[in-house]
Amino acid sequence: MIEEIITSGRMNPEIDPVLHVWGWEIPFYLFLGGLSAGILIFSAYFTLRNRQDELPIAVKWMPIAVPFLIGIGLISLLLDLSHVFYAWQLFTNIRWESPMSWGAWTLLIITPLSIAWVAIWLEDIFPNWNWKFDEVKAVIKWLKEYRRTLAQLLILLSIILGMYTGILLSAFNARPFWNTSILGPLFLTSGLSASAALVSYFSKTEVEKRLFTRIDIILIGIELFMIIHLFMGHLAGTQVHIQAAEMFLGGTFTVSFWVFVVGLGLILPVILEILELKHKFIPAIVPVVLIVAGNLMLRFIVVNAGQASRWLY
Amino acid sequence: MRYAMAVDTRKCVGCSDCVVACQTENDVPIGHCRDWIVEKTTGTYPQLQLEIRSERCNHCANAPCVRTCPTEASHYAAGGIVLVEESECIGCKACITSCPYDARFIHPEGYIDKCTFCIHRVEKGQKPACVSVCPTHAMVFGDLDDPNSDISKVMATRKWKSLIPEAGTDPKVFYLI
Repeated sequence: MIEEIITSGRMNPEIDPVLHVWGWEIPFYLFLGGLSAGILIFSAYFTLRNRQDELPIAVKWMPIAVPFLIGIGLISLLLDLSHVFYAWQLFTNIRWESPMSWGAWTLLIITPLSIAWVAIWLEDIFPNWNWKFDEVKAVIKWLKEYRRTLAQLLILLSIILGMYTGILLSAFNARPFWNTSILGPLFLTSGLSASAALVSYFSKTEVEKRLFTRIDIILIGIELFMIIHLFMGHLAGTQVHIQAAEMFLGGTFTVSFWVFVVGLGLILPVILEILELKHKFIPAIVPVVLIVAGNLMLRFIVVNAGQASRWLY
Repeated sequence: MRYAMAVDTRKCVGCSDCVVACQTENDVPIGHCRDWIVEKTTGTYPQLQLEIRSERCNHCANAPCVRTCPTEASHYAAGGIVLVEESECIGCKACITSCPYDARFIHPEGYIDKCTFCIHRVEKGQKPACVSVCPTHAMVFGDLDDPNSDISKVMATRKWKSLIPEAGTDPKVFYLI
């Protein structure tokens, strides 16, 4: 039996008995960041493959959402900062070892680039669009010349954006549940899966719908594979990692994770999508809502579970 | 210079004088503390063992809080003391989640606060407030690089442990056992 009493009143509600310094703001941002990264990767990739006219929703329409998603994400990040008026300090330092520093700089570059990316396509999707000022027209013309370079740059930055949301957490060795390098690829894949689901929902043509449904099925398969590996890694780890995994294998997060994230957020929608491909009638909104909600919930559960896991001493 | 602290778990009675001294010296806001007492009981009645520890920031030589800080607000000062520069801290709380000892908290003014080894006293050649008030002289503070310092002597002659060294932090607060 081990009993531990902390006397002298360490009355920090953020720390005892379970650390809880990150509320809804961080997981909500991680979700929006992953979704933005996914949308930009598909848009840029299919531009490079010259399929913009065949896949208009993925390439031209979906990126319109990105500046707004990133904007809302940034607001929620700022809401989380407890010393927010010093936030500019992020951009007077480059810290290679800090994923948060990587994220801040990536966002600084990717936000204007995503706006430029939207601007390139506006004339394509709204034929009557008029930029009014000649200077703007000149800039857009110049951007269009470098469309391919911009697409390559966006793919690179979006992968960093999508990955870092997971690496941010895996860099914290003090929280055993987060301390696994698979979180980076897992969050990237789940961001891609949510954006593929949204593309297939909004797309008007059969070609685009079927392509993105198929992509989504593969991505969900990869996600399930990575989730299994996440737990295999923890269970083969040290005592603290085993205890972290046990929160999901009979502990506090068991039902919310396996029923809602894995069952309703991954397995059920993937079955519905397969049926859809087999021309069974499935209301298109159902798998999308399930996937997006599961995606959001995955972030919330991972952020909370990480803070509930700790070293023992 | 490598500052370190040793707490003698055989002398510590858990009186919390160190906690109060720290709060007074550093004007720690009410409801928070930079050091605290842990009373750990192990075994099954009636075979019980009690260990009392005065805990604080371990001023790790490989501090995860310094590594994850995006702005260099968390940094190493002279002698390896880990400090937070208030005017560079954005309150992102990455350092709080990085710390396996949960030694940091959010100051009501928004920045992150923690033990400083009383660097303002140490620079003047004084001991940290907690060490100077300890009624059982359970705490020793000094420079590990100086073989004649109290801390070097006690570390050489006593059995000691540090808290979760397997977390890779290389802590600089030791517990004499």
